[in-house]
Amino acid sequence: MSETPARTPLHALHVELGARLVPFAGWEMPVQYTGIIEEHQAVRKAAGLFDVSHMGEARVRGRDAAAFLDRIMTNDMASIRPGMARYTVMCQPDGGCVDDLIVYRFSETEFLICLNASNAAKDIAWMRSLIGPFKVEVLDECAAWAQLALQGPLAERILGLATSLPLGTIKRFGFAVGEVAGASGCVVSRTGYTGSAGFEIYLPAASATQVARTLLELGKPHGLVPAGLGARDSLRLEANYPLYGHEISERISPIQAGLGWTVKFGKDEFVGREALRRQAEGGPASSVILFSLDDRRIARPGAPVYVGDILVGEVLSGTHSPTLNKPIGTALIAAGFAGSGELTVDIRGNRLPLRIAVEPFVK
Amino acid sequence: MSNVPADLRYTKDHEWIRVAADGTATIGITDHAQAALGDVTFIDLPKTGKTFATGAVFGAVESVKAASDLYSPVACEILEANGALNDTPDLVNREPYGGAWMIKVKVTNPAELAGLLDAAGYAATL
Repeated sequence: MSETPARTPLHALHVELGARLVPFAGWEMPVQYTGIIEEHQAVRKAAGLFDVSHMGEARVRGRDAAAFLDRIMTNDMASIRPGMARYTVMCQPDGGCVDDLIVYRFSETEFLICLNASNAAKDIAWMRSLIGPFKVEVLDECAAWAQLALQGPLAERILGLATSLPLGTIKRFGFAVGEVAGASGCVVSRTGYTGSAGFEIYLPAASATQVARTLLELGKPHGLVPAGLGARDSLRLEANYPLYGHEISERISPIQAGLGWTVKFGKDEFVGREALRRQAEGGPASSVILFSLDDRRIARPGAPVYVGDILVGEVLSGTHSPTLNKPIGTALIAAGFAGSGELTVDIRGNRLPLRIAVEPFVK
Repeated sequence: MSNVPADLRYTKDHEWIRVAADGTATIGITDHAQAALGDVTFIDLPKTGKTFATGAVFGAVESVKAASDLYSPVACEILEANGALNDTPDLVNREPYGGAWMIKVKVTNPAELAGLLDAAGYAATL
């Protein structure tokens, strides 16, 4: 991206905390504060606070909001109860992914959707182009919201020090609206992108610094640290959560990505249905696997994967797993080879065997 | 600010080189380089006896974030690679100029050493 990167409302706080800031998806974001591995371990053992204000938000409301969302999303939207959220994919007619999203239902006729930063403008334009006869409006609320992710086994205890919301009653993928650290109108959901317990907090942009400072202060005695995008990536990969542009993209469908559970063929017509049904029934041309390496070298995105001398795929994501103390990653593998026990990846001329994981490395 | 010891020579690729009186030299990466890489998880180093031309890739450093090639500052032959880095790659983050030296080499053409940056010259590139 050639333009000057955007800054979140917490930019000054990141600088004060000594973050290393890098350009990411058009934003200037903290990749780390003290070190990726240390921040990763803090989230697994205590808690970490992430600024994820680069994520976008769109409000979809109107008489036909649920029917409209069911038309454009792969997952079932009408059955989401108010106060609950659901993960879904939004597909192109050919089955490729426009984005993966979390849809929060506020009422019969009102939803808030969390969008990936790099896709936010595209997503909003895409949704608006599909409104047609539906009685619905799509509002761009990206600038109105900041987002914090408070993740880790102690997240609930720490957040409880800053809010009187009944956190214990919020189920997984449930949410409540109320005051956090003196800021009203916050949406607190039991969701996350780390594989550890925790919450995501949508808050008015103007309140972000105050809330983040309060949480960091209250959480410090419990081991809470600010955590950056570097740890966010190694945490999500251990949990096998897809990252748009890597495991899912305009060329990798939810069926290929192992997200078939988000595609509900039983509901009425939705964008991408025919293409996805063909893939689900006939098997896709390639599919995504999760792997680890018994080595110290990390297989980076683009590294070629072989069976013998046959090129059968490429690495999509790769990092060091602090939990396993080994390299882990994902790869897109051609049909017929995804279950092969003989996959190898080429890293700087070394052919290393891929060990396919059948389950995420953390649950 | 990163640490740039006065008694070493440097390359613009952030390697340091310590030259001994007997014509051998020790090579590693600078404090600036380790800070930019972040947590180092692995170092790929060459075997004893291998030779490298000036600027050739002699190895790689893996951090959580990225893999970076290591460039030979001068033409050389490998006398020893630092085995300690196999088990404790994070030494690179803690002691970039000490325990985390990477290779000891025989310098093929000592006249080349004059072309390396001194501490002030390297610091000016940062």
